[in-house]
Amino acid sequence: MSGPRSMRTPLGRVRNLGSSHSGTTDFWRQRLTAVAMTLLIVPVIVIILMLIGRNQAGAAQILGSLPIAIILVLFIVASTWHMRIGMQIVIEDYVHNEKIKLASVMANNFFCIAVALASIYAILKLSSGV
Amino acid sequence: MTARIERPLSPHLSTYRVTLTMALSIIHRATGIALYFGTLLLAWWLIAAASGPGAYANVQAFTGSIIGKLILFGYTWSLLHHLCSGIRYFFWDLGYGFKPNEREALTWGALIAGISLTVLVWIIAYTVGGGR
Repeated sequence: MSGPRSMRTPLGRVRNLGSSHSGTTDFWRQRLTAVAMTLLIVPVIVIILMLIGRNQAGAAQILGSLPIAIILVLFIVASTWHMRIGMQIVIEDYVHNEKIKLASVMANNFFCIAVALASIYAILKLSSGV
Repeated sequence: MTARIERPLSPHLSTYRVTLTMALSIIHRATGIALYFGTLLLAWWLIAAASGPGAYANVQAFTGSIIGKLILFGYTWSLLHHLCSGIRYFFWDLGYGFKPNEREALTWGALIAGISLTVLVWIIAYTVGGGR
């Protein structure tokens, strides 16, 4: 499918992540964040189980401890990034109107960034003990 | 004038007989979408913990209710199923498990592991905290 004036072969054109050099970025990040969450899921579940039945003071104390805060922040970064890419794929599969698609992709980004920053802010606030 | 070219379309979902891997592919996407909105629950819970006792009590009132428990149970299964089903995709990404019996086994494994882990987590949850 190379143009009439190009001497590059089809293989040469797609090497190094494709012609724009970023074609597989989302694919790679989706796997990267998936592996990160696979590693983090056991500690995250243990943390949530530790919080069952505690009141706010008890929960705040546990969530404010440094290793727990770091694990949760890492998990939030990985999961919100993963879900941003996943939802964009779903939108691009089912929304065919260009304007609605553009608005949906934008709303998806806003939602994921808002969830990520709100959650991280809450953890940082708990860590600082304010 | 450019005439509209009638290109062949690939047959859509309804054309195919439902297979296990196909059903699980749809469930993988559905649980992903559920988890997307379920994250709001996680964010709400963290913000409440940071806000104070009143806000946290609201979360606990919700998670203690029947509807809250059902949503949390669904969320747990969605998370653990999506995890197990996702591990299956790692095998395929690496080029393993494409023979008919292998992909069936991987898919059954993901389904059973997801349900088993969900039940296990809830048993531990009730043993540790006596429910939420």
